[in-house]
Amino acid sequence: MALTKIMIKKLALVALVCAMTGASMAADNVGFVYVSPIGDAGWTYQHDLGRLQLEKETGVTTSYVENVAEGPDAERVIREMAKRGDKVVFATSFGYMNYTLKVSKKFRDTAFVHVTGYKMGENMGLVNARFYEGRYLTGVIAGEMTKSNILGYVAAFPIPEVLQGINAFIKGARSVNPEAELRVIWVNSWYDPGKERQAAITLISQGADMITHHTDSTAVVQAAEDEGVYAFGYHSDMSKYGPRAHLTATTHHWGDYYVKTIKEVQDGTWAPISVWGGYPRKMIKLAPLNDAIPEELQNRIRNMEEQLTVRELHPFAGPVIDQSGATIVPAGKNMTDEQLNKMNYYLEGVVSTIPN
Amino acid sequence: MDASILSSILFATIVAGTPLIIVALGQLIAEKSGVLNLGAEGMMAMGAIAGFAITLHTGSPWLGVLAGMAAGALMASLFAIVVLTLMGNQVASGLALSILGVGLSAFIGKPYESEILPTVGAIRVPLLADIPIIGEPLFNQQALVYLSWVLFGTIVWFLYRSRPGLVLRAVGESPSSAHSIGYPVIRIRYLATIFGGAMAGVGGAFLSVFYTPLWVEGMVAGRGWIAIALVVFATWRPFRVMVGAYLFGGVMVVQLFVQGSGLGINIPSQFLSALPYLATIIVLVIISRDQNTVRLNAPVSLGQPYRPEA
Amino acid sequence: MIRLERRPEASQVMSYASPLIAILLMLIGGLLLFAFLGKNPLEGFKVFFINPVSDWYGVSELFLKATPLMLIAVGLAVGFRANVWNIGAEGQLIVGGIAASAVALYFQEAEGAHVLILMVIAGGIGGMLWAAIPAFLKTRFNTNEILVSLMLVYVAQLLVSWLVHGPMMDPDGFNFPQSRMFEDSALLPLLSEDSRLNLAFVFALGALLAGYIFMFRSFAGFQMQVAGYARDAARYAGFSAKRMIWIGLLSGGAMAGFAGMSEVAGPMGQLTEHVSSNYGFAAIIVAFVARLNPVGIFFASLLMALLYLGGEQAQQYMNLPSSISNVFQGMLLMFLLGSDVLINYRVSWKEARV
Repeated sequence: MALTKIMIKKLALVALVCAMTGASMAADNVGFVYVSPIGDAGWTYQHDLGRLQLEKETGVTTSYVENVAEGPDAERVIREMAKRGDKVVFATSFGYMNYTLKVSKKFRDTAFVHVTGYKMGENMGLVNARFYEGRYLTGVIAGEMTKSNILGYVAAFPIPEVLQGINAFIKGARSVNPEAELRVIWVNSWYDPGKERQAAITLISQGADMITHHTDSTAVVQAAEDEGVYAFGYHSDMSKYGPRAHLTATTHHWGDYYVKTIKEVQDGTWAPISVWGGYPRKMIKLAPLNDAIPEELQNRIRNMEEQLTVRELHPFAGPVIDQSGATIVPAGKNMTDEQLNKMNYYLEGVVSTIPN
Repeated sequence: MDASILSSILFATIVAGTPLIIVALGQLIAEKSGVLNLGAEGMMAMGAIAGFAITLHTGSPWLGVLAGMAAGALMASLFAIVVLTLMGNQVASGLALSILGVGLSAFIGKPYESEILPTVGAIRVPLLADIPIIGEPLFNQQALVYLSWVLFGTIVWFLYRSRPGLVLRAVGESPSSAHSIGYPVIRIRYLATIFGGAMAGVGGAFLSVFYTPLWVEGMVAGRGWIAIALVVFATWRPFRVMVGAYLFGGVMVVQLFVQGSGLGINIPSQFLSALPYLATIIVLVIISRDQNTVRLNAPVSLGQPYRPEA
Repeated sequence: MIRLERRPEASQVMSYASPLIAILLMLIGGLLLFAFLGKNPLEGFKVFFINPVSDWYGVSELFLKATPLMLIAVGLAVGFRANVWNIGAEGQLIVGGIAASAVALYFQEAEGAHVLILMVIAGGIGGMLWAAIPAFLKTRFNTNEILVSLMLVYVAQLLVSWLVHGPMMDPDGFNFPQSRMFEDSALLPLLSEDSRLNLAFVFALGALLAGYIFMFRSFAGFQMQVAGYARDAARYAGFSAKRMIWIGLLSGGAMAGFAGMSEVAGPMGQLTEHVSSNYGFAAIIVAFVARLNPVGIFFASLLMALLYLGGEQAQQYMNLPSSISNVFQGMLLMFLLGSDVLINYRVSWKEARV
């Protein structure tokens, strides 16, 4: 019975949303391309929260296609949105970049925004968030709270964005605890809860008492809850999946940027730029801090959040030293965005090696 | 290597191997009767969502496992109707079943993506669990792990010690001679196929209710295909299915441990992941070289339709 | 009691009617599904089956999506007719795509048609090479080709994953797992400027025609057909079983490899891990829905492609989840595969014979 009730509720909601989108054809429409199903937490879920915020705050209508493979199918989906006159199309995964660029050249009246990536066009901008800022703060918490001095990280693929997160995490930890070391396990998948959990449990059995992940499910947080260690969520607030274990999470917030983009497009002031926002633009936040974090540390973290917002704190401030002991950034300097984008190494304190 | 690490590697290997054993043993029975069902991935997905949903609503993981079993059996029945009664092609129908199951499970599962299940506790066997190194991995596991061993024992007994098992093998070897001595070939194949589906459903429910425990679209992540490979790797022998499942699981687990340990071993992980498949091909070659070994192991009529001319 | 009775000979009427029956069943299934979801079924069918092809671009996309399916299915059908079960086309497609990409990346500065010609050859050879493994093992060691070709799919997927994360990764691509973009000389010419439809579609039609001639007008095709029906008869007649295994697997491999080439040199323009959208497996279903007939393959490929496109439309315009197109596909295919029984059997309601 309860099963059908949930179903009916959900269906009614879907029908309602449908009716709303269908009813107001006059409003501007905005298209979203998602790489995975929306789900309840994770990368696409956060983008969908942004989409809902956009609808609520600006009155535009939106439509999305989820689970779009990062291959030729993406171009058709993006083009369909442009062709029917969507004001803006947000393509939210790296593999859409070349397809988005191609479509953008044919549909000059539509603004395209691609999330992550490095190619821009006359009417195609880029947006990404400085996820590593949140990672640095969670690293500080991990460094202060670890008893074993071993931290664990479950990661998907060694692209720069993931390496930035790993390196910021260990740098944050080492800034307060020079004894801390980080172990990384690559699962070669954004999405395999079974394997993610297994990797988390492996790290825990190897002594890690603070774990985090850069994959798309909640499995790592759940594993930490079961095994009695602490975890940091990613993408979304995952405290529901581990009320005791979940200390906080680096969460993504795209809504404000989406709203701003639409307003600019409607005002005719939009120009394709590459935005790499972090704390100052409120694109990165920490989820509510768990009470298990000592009050003094909580205050310190809040203070650091302030510093990040006003750019007084840079997670990759020199000296930045890599795993082999070579100095990447000398003391007194900050790592440049160019360097960040090409990151393909571990910093000191990481005891694993990067696969091929 | 320190003993506790070895113990946790063993523990993880057994957990990772368990769903593979359950699914592969079910497939083994179906294949022994001559039916090749490539839809394991879809049946597992249906078992996973059914198991998760029912566990969530009833609070009982056991009802969840039963639901998973029923969902898998239902999917297999559909397949059986198409390939056994309607004589559709087994390979194509199996692939279609996979697509259907993965899609349908995602569709049904939408409302459950935000739900959480409590972890099902382990059952500790007193005294035995205290044995160093192997105690924890063997005797402090979730119930379904023990049940996978019971399933193994039952299937060995059934295939090699019981009369119905003999009949099942006869049907897979030569349906026409089995028919001519009076065995109901189609009915036996139905039962074997449905059993295979039921076990795939249990394997799926193990993933969503015991292992992770959560439901997300695509969470089976290729394990159904691995189970199919495993049956071949095992040359249709239950004991080798067990060994193979732990090997497949072990390769993954050891790879994770090596990474986490920070030993400077730098083999591309794709290579390690490809090993089980290459090993399966080599095993196939070895068993196929000699016609007699083939006859001893592989069901001769595998994948071929049969219709008794009444 | 419902019973199936064998017809004295295959029904011509049913061989045309059975796909229609299957489509009818699927429409009924779809009707129930839409009704259950509280959607207007007519609207649903319109979005699913009409909207995707309501303009030229839509039709061109349909052809584009169907191209690899046609290529692979016709190649596989040659083998399937002789009971050679190559189900590893997915892997053969990937290896063909890798080989073609290697050529494109090697000739980066080169101009001229030879780049494309070499890519076609490399793609075909790559696919054949991958299919030659099960063929060799089958003829030499009697190894089951269904299982070997399936295992090699996984190996191919891991191979391309390794290559785009390693040796073939774009050095200026910020470590993202993909190759460089190909130069124009390594891209298949478009058939019309405002679409993505390219020369590969023409090749696919040619392949269907060639497949038809081979299957129904050539002696080798006849031999393979006979072998498929009655292996022993073929053996007595002196047909070489080994030769048929080689022809069966290599034709599938070559076409799948070429399909891989047509993806990387067509809509992708580079090599990534997503070189196949499951075309290798979908084509097996296409081949059987088409009853291994090239004319049928043409229509079955279009239908399959339409189901993909319709699924995207249903998401955008009816807020249905992406999984709906899988459900639809699975349903239709099961019906199609099941309804073929009516060609050789009739349903009767007579009492079971005592």
